[in-house]
Amino acid sequence: MPYALDITDLEKSYGESRVLGPINLHLTPGTITAIIGRSGCGKTTLLRCLGGLETPTSGGIKVGDGNVRQRDIGYVFQEPRLMPWLSVAKNTAFGLKGIKRQARDEAVAEALKLVGLTEAAGLLPKQLSGGMAQRVALARALAPRPALILLDEPFSALDPFTREQMQDHLLHLHGYYGATMVMITHDMDEALALAQRVIVLNGAPGKVIGDFTPDLPRPAARTSMAFFNWKRRITEVLSDRPAHRLSA
Amino acid sequence: MPAFLLALWQGLAGAGLLPAAVLPSPALVLATLIAMAQSGEMAQAIGATASRLAWGFVLGATTGTVLGGLCGASPLARRMLDPLVQSLRSVPSLAWVPLFILWLGIFEASKITLVAVGVFFPVYLNLLGGIANVDRKLLEVGQVHGFSRLRRLLRIQLPAALPAYVLGLRGGLGLGWMFVAAAELLGAANGLGFILDDGEQTGRPERVLAALLLFGICGKLTDTIMAALGRHLVAWQDTARA
Repeated sequence: MPYALDITDLEKSYGESRVLGPINLHLTPGTITAIIGRSGCGKTTLLRCLGGLETPTSGGIKVGDGNVRQRDIGYVFQEPRLMPWLSVAKNTAFGLKGIKRQARDEAVAEALKLVGLTEAAGLLPKQLSGGMAQRVALARALAPRPALILLDEPFSALDPFTREQMQDHLLHLHGYYGATMVMITHDMDEALALAQRVIVLNGAPGKVIGDFTPDLPRPAARTSMAFFNWKRRITEVLSDRPAHRLSA
Repeated sequence: MPAFLLALWQGLAGAGLLPAAVLPSPALVLATLIAMAQSGEMAQAIGATASRLAWGFVLGATTGTVLGGLCGASPLARRMLDPLVQSLRSVPSLAWVPLFILWLGIFEASKITLVAVGVFFPVYLNLLGGIANVDRKLLEVGQVHGFSRLRRLLRIQLPAALPAYVLGLRGGLGLGWMFVAAAELLGAANGLGFILDDGEQTGRPERVLAALLLFGICGKLTDTIMAALGRHLVAWQDTARA
């Protein structure tokens, strides 16, 4: 059962310096939400607060009914962060605990199949390409079947071709699991191709300056006029100036 | 290069340019080694030294592992114990000898303890550093999976510290050889260090050189074994092989 996510008056400060907020958001269960914004606007800080890696200075985050265990949240970092001493299969099983071996093996096999890495189960991280390693990181986040998956620019370090492949994988996985996903990205195309909702964060401290629900089919055809128009609308908000001047 | 130096050494000694009382020829050193092997003295000496080294290594490595692991895993233990250990580290290791002899006598126990002191510090420091300085990014993976402190230690910190630990064991073994030689030189009735001392006392430099050679060979052999074991344990490391 995917979780809803309620963020209320969330603020984060480091010392005297407020870097984020106040943020108020309600995310619908089972949707993909992209959070987009310039560097330094607090996107990653927001995601880290949602994932329990940072404690908000004030405000609240309610995941699901508010009684969620950490293991019900999957987190995909910008880099794969695989344990170099564990095989692909063991890295995938890393977050699985308190379940029988057979169930664990099945969960690992299923997660690896979904990311297309069944054959690589026995390899060590040092034997993987960047794209493969990031797919293992995705499989590791998926294996416990979390109801909420947080993704922090998961494909930013990949080449454009692999990135598009990974985006297709993500959509496929979302169709299969139906988890609520929140993804940080710099890439407008990625946000529009994957997400049902695009939230634009900007400023210092970072605040929501735009909230869009593009009515595009998924996967969205990136060359369509509708896609281009949405991209222009979001760019306009993000750049704080009319789009016609950008293209001029 | 070693073959050239050996040939030069033999040539100079054969031509009488090197006094045998100072630097005997390689042939004489080899003959001494053969005689030591045939009489059983070599095996007995290596056995005695290796036994002291092994016991000292086990004692030092075990203590270093326990304390290093404890201080690495627990900031409280680190705050309480590490300053004391660090201050003991600044005492020159040989300065412990009089105390060890007073406490433990002049026989095996004091020698083994001295070796253990030499082995302890590299093992302790490397393990502590390895555990305490694990990449924050890996720890965060445990955090997002809701790991307890114990689980984090067992699943992330200890495996991540393994390369540093192996390096500490290897360094400790090297120092162990140094300290076993020192301990035997300070007073032993057998062992390679005894042969060194005996060679000096009786004016037979070929025995000193033979013992030095045996120290070198044994040290290199144990280091090679330890390095191979280490490579096997951390085969997952993505390192460049020069």
